Amino acid sequence: MKRVKKPVFFVVALLILALVVTSLFGVYGQHGDFKVTYIKGAGDIRWGIDIRGGVEATFSPADGVEATTEQLEAAKEIIETRMVSQSITDYEIYTDPTNNRIIVRFPWRSDEQDYDPEAAIDELAATAQLTFRQGMEYETSEYAEDGSIVYRTPSGTTAENIILEGSDVVTAEPRMTQDETTGEYQYVVALTLSDEGAQKFAQATTAMVGETISIWMDDVMLSAPTVKQAITNGECVITGDFTSEEATQLAARIQAGALPFALQVSSFSSMPPTLGAQALDAMLLAGIIAFVVISLLMIVIFRLPGVVAVISLASQVGLCMAAISGFFPFLNSYTMTLPGLAGIVLSIGMGVDANVISASRIREELKGGKTLDGALKLGFSESFWAIFDGNITTLIVAVMLMGVFGPSNILSIIFGESTTGAIFSFGFTLLVGIIGNFIMGMTATRLMTLSLAGFKGLHKKWLFGGARGDE
Amino acid sequence: MNEKTYRFHFYQNRKIYFAISIVVLVVGILASIIIGPKLDIQFAGGSMILYSVEGGQADAAGIETAIVDSIGRDCEVTISQDITTGGEQVNVSFAGNQAMTPEEQTQVTEALQSAYPDLGFELLSSSSVEASMGARFFQKCLVCFAITAVFLLVYIALRFRKIGGLAAGVTAVIALMHDVLIAFCVFVIFGLDVDDVFIAVILTILGYSLNATIVVYDRVRENRRKLGPKVGYDEILNLSMNQTLSRTVLTSLCTFLALVVVFIVALIFNIDTVVSFALPMMAGVAAGCFSSQFIAPNLFGMWQIHKRNKLDAAKRKA
Repeated sequence: MKRVKKPVFFVVALLILALVVTSLFGVYGQHGDFKVTYIKGAGDIRWGIDIRGGVEATFSPADGVEATTEQLEAAKEIIETRMVSQSITDYEIYTDPTNNRIIVRFPWRSDEQDYDPEAAIDELAATAQLTFRQGMEYETSEYAEDGSIVYRTPSGTTAENIILEGSDVVTAEPRMTQDETTGEYQYVVALTLSDEGAQKFAQATTAMVGETISIWMDDVMLSAPTVKQAITNGECVITGDFTSEEATQLAARIQAGALPFALQVSSFSSMPPTLGAQALDAMLLAGIIAFVVISLLMIVIFRLPGVVAVISLASQVGLCMAAISGFFPFLNSYTMTLPGLAGIVLSIGMGVDANVISASRIREELKGGKTLDGALKLGFSESFWAIFDGNITTLIVAVMLMGVFGPSNILSIIFGESTTGAIFSFGFTLLVGIIGNFIMGMTATRLMTLSLAGFKGLHKKWLFGGARGDE
Repeated sequence: MNEKTYRFHFYQNRKIYFAISIVVLVVGILASIIIGPKLDIQFAGGSMILYSVEGGQADAAGIETAIVDSIGRDCEVTISQDITTGGEQVNVSFAGNQAMTPEEQTQVTEALQSAYPDLGFELLSSSSVEASMGARFFQKCLVCFAITAVFLLVYIALRFRKIGGLAAGVTAVIALMHDVLIAFCVFVIFGLDVDDVFIAVILTILGYSLNATIVVYDRVRENRRKLGPKVGYDEILNLSMNQTLSRTVLTSLCTFLALVVVFIVALIFNIDTVVSFALPMMAGVAAGCFSSQFIAPNLFGMWQIHKRNKLDAAKRKA
């Protein structure tokens, strides 16, 4: 049998220890007054609204209007703008053109005192007030999550003098133009105004060449272009150093102010923020107790392989945490829901099982009279396919769930985009768990066990489940 | 060698196991029909509002009248005790195709607060789903289960083709349906809502039970290879089931204990969603352990032995 070198155990165990510690506690630094997150820990996990409370709502155009995909996207922009302005940053939102609706989920802020879901939803669904105003005077400004500045509440002449309203805008779309002198391409937003709007705009821009006209959505300033020349034909472009995304976003927001329909709430649900911190602590406690119980059971029954199993299980827990918290740069952090937790429970169970299968196989071979080396070799090779098949079938379930209940999925044609991300998150955590099981439950366990068996003091059948006194 | 190896006659005793399963299923299904499943509005559509009430006895009939007066929609009111706060919870549910608007919900809350100023009505949670959306979600779950079952059948049939893949696949899926039915009965009997927690439970049980069944079949495959075609199926099945018994029991025990811990902690801290996850899961794990160890392999054995007998009979004729 190919021997596994003695240090392998320590290398694998140390790597696992590093993974578990960093994935649970994260790595943070202090940079001036800011806390810098180098590696996200379990504390950075975003909990879904089913765990910490929040609101889920589905909006659709009122009076049975069939909206186009662009119109839905524009409506989504309104909702997003409003959520940011209510400093809800932790939201999920997606449009579902097949079913003509927009789905929004957001959790309560941790400091939320005023628990009023109806008001929050009404505010999101209210018809957007798009205005073009003279100047750009504002009352407050603050930093948004992404570092940009948000100007709020028009004041002075800006508050008094409204030049255009949402209904005056017919279309707003992003375009790419080439600068005639430099030859560079730039992104702009092109506006087409209604006849009435064109008249009003012509009057205003004639008087205001060189001055600023600011564009507002509700209470928030979107853009503040300067009038370069009088615009009399109702067609104008807003230039600026826009990236393609910025131009698209601004166009969608302006278009949103000119939507030909109102939004109505077709379904909504709210969860109280009571589960919150206390329940999470309770679940953490339950998790720790359960882990200790399983660990004791494994060690008592399987002895040395039991110890190895506990180490590899710990690594699987770490891996799950890491995949959810955004520990790996290539995986975004993930909203953790109750079914997501169930997925972790299942995958940890599969991990226990992989260890149980190989450890009991080793013990069985020892009882059959094999030498320790022979039993180890047979134990791992014969149990491989059982674990493999069991995991692959579960993998099929996980992939199917992600495929069917993902935001855009294989059954979209029939059922439209998904409403329940909860089942998707079950599939996701299960998938991560199964991958972890292949890496940890199978490979790491085997390496550690074989390497430990290389130590003279540990090369005893008894330690691997053989009868006592049997060398 | 001071520990014994198990030598149970699993295959010969199969009728006992089948009988146990059938009795449990029949009792469970009858009880479910009598009690009736509480289909959550997530599937059935409708609206639900939950209020907490403190400082007095709520009166269901009075609340109902107050609501009908305010928005003119029929509703059903149930009142339950809240163990943690000592107060009461009032659950108002509206059936019907029309989802509730936030305005209507505010109206209801205001109507109740003005009708019962002493009770301190406070909104706990609410949800509202259009019937068509709920039905579509339910259909989607069914379609998903069906497609997944087909994929599993194909995979199992391919992997176990040496020992009769179709038989292995079909019996494994039968065992799965057995476990899902039992978990469903637990949901109904304990009056838990059939909602997305239910789906998570069903999925988890599917995973566990299938994995356990595969482990037994893997052993059958291995023994078939080692012992050759001369040894009868009943003998191979008995041997395989005895060999995998300790593993099946141990893994199920580990999971079961973990769930017991979660269940107790959730019960103490009154976390409803987790309780309604852990309780049926415990039943499902037990059912999965039983079906994987006793039902699926024995059904598989009967299928194979029946096939063998038919082949032999055909040979004798020829």
